[in-house]
This record gives sequence, structure tokens and C-alpha cells, in this order.
Amino acid sequence: MPKIIVEIMPKQDLLDPQGKAVANALKRAGNDIETTRIGKRIELHYKNQPTEKDLEKAKELARDFLSNSVIEDVVAVFIEEEN
Amino acid sequence: MKIGVITYPGSLDDRDAQRAIKLAGGTPVPLWHASDDLKNIDAVVLPGGFSYGDYLRCGAIAAQAPATKEVIKKAEKGLPVLGICNGFQVLVEAHLLPGGLIRNEKQHFVCRDQRLRVENKNTRWTGMFEQNEEITIPLKNGEGGYIADEETLKYLEGEDLIAFRYLDVNPNGSMNEIAGLTNSAGNIVGLMPHPEHAVEPGFGPDTPVATRSGIDGLRFFQSVIGQVVG
Repeated sequence: MPKIIVEIMPKQDLLDPQGKAVANALKRAGNDIETTRIGKRIELHYKNQPTEKDLEKAKELARDFLSNSVIEDVVAVFIEEEN
Repeated sequence: MKIGVITYPGSLDDRDAQRAIKLAGGTPVPLWHASDDLKNIDAVVLPGGFSYGDYLRCGAIAAQAPATKEVIKKAEKGLPVLGICNGFQVLVEAHLLPGGLIRNEKQHFVCRDQRLRVENKNTRWTGMFEQNEEITIPLKNGEGGYIADEETLKYLEGEDLIAFRYLDVNPNGSMNEIAGLTNSAGNIVGLMPHPEHAVEPGFGPDTPVATRSGIDGLRFFQSVIGQVVG
């Protein structure tokens, strides 16, 4: 199914408790990893191949509803090509 | 006086809010999230709970509900709105109050009787308190850490828009010990602690006088009723 992908991350300067807990577990298991941060990937599914206009609309939705600019950054919104 | 209480899928404290309204002398009106008919209410409470399972972000989906959209329109015209806990998160997501609420600093769900200071008695929901009065009502949340950028905090402090501040302990790492906010018109109030759980002797927080006798939450509801009637 044709998709637009929206990727959202918690703001850099904000504590990410999920990422912190996972990093602690990874370190405990002996991995050479300092920190982790956990964000969201949201797939928007379309009936037809999304157009540039759909992409613009998706960017708007990502900014106004799918993310909250007080606590999160939208890092990417893009059309995923089908294989 | 008719005070609506919106029930969202996942609301928990809607019935308690209705009961608090009744005990304060008002008429509770149950409202359903999917309807934009607010039934001619004089004020509205957005209750605590986990609307839509806290999916996406706490309060984010509820902020898009038809009932909420109608509340936003009417709040801008002066309808008194009280958002409690998840209701506060909805108000923030609906941009009726600024800033955001994130997971508690220590990552634990916190449940305690919380002392607060009433920082602004000039709102529709705090008129029956004394300025700087110290009150105790229950607090129970996992994502109650208030955050905002420096500019917003300066604005909130400068315009006296901080309605309540935490005393003794800051249970969730909120900036400037912010427990609740109001808007400049004073008709919208949002807070993380739960006034509706401290409205009837025998079921409230402990006080020096007797166990479970605390009813500091009742005056939130009496304030809005008193002001509209009077």
C-alpha cells in the first residue's frame, strides 16, 4: 500500500525516560552503547500513490496533530516508494 | 447551574466529577465526546483518566473530539472550563493553555495527598479561596511534569497565569513547581491534582482534625456556581 512516513523524536534537550531505561538495559547486557533515544514512526496509508499535495498535507498533520512542538520534533515526512 | 462533564473513551473520573458538582449544589450534565451538542451548559469539566488510552500523546486525540472542538469555541467566548489531570492534558493539547505535560521526572506513577498553594484566586474556579491559601487534594499521575520554553514561563509568571503551585514536594518535576494554570480571562483552569476527590468528609485526604476529612476540592465547584448565580 502506498505510504507517507512521519518520523517524530522527543526534543534533544528533553529527558527521554524510555530511551534512558533501554540504554541502561543495553549497557547492563555488555553493549558498548552510551545512550538511546526512542521516537515514533507513523505510516499514513493511501489508496493511490500520494502526490506532492498529499505530502504537503501530511507535513501539516505531522506538525499540528501527530506531534506536539513543545515536546517533540518532526524529523522527517516522506513518500515511501513501493518495492 | 448546569455543569457538563465530558466522557471520553478511557475517562475514569467523570462520575466523581459529576458527584462533586452535585455536592457543590450544581446540576451535572453528562456529555459524550462524539457529540458536539453541549446541551446549554453554563460550565464544563474535562475529567481525569486515560482518554483514548493515552495513544499518540496524553490528551492529543481527545483534543480533536467533536465535544472538545465545541468547548474550544465556547471557551474563547468565556465558558468556564476546568480540566483535571487528563483534562488538563487535553486543554494543553487543544492549545487553550500553553506548554506541555511529560512523563514524571522519576518515571513513576505518583499517588499522594498533595499540598498546593492557590496562586491566583481571580479565576472562575478559584474565587472562593483566599489568595495564597494552602490546600490539600489528591494527586495521581504518570505524565504530570509541566514543561514550557523560557519565554512561555516568563509570560505565565509575569501575567499571573499560574493558578496552583506544588508545596513540600514537586511530585513530577514540573517547571517552576507548576501544578495548574489559568488563561488571561480566568475562565479556563487546568491542573494535575484532583479536586473532585476531596469534596465529602470521610472520603477526602487526612487533615489535622480527622482522617479523610479534607474537602478542599469542593470550593473549585462552589466558586464557579457562586459566580455564575451571583
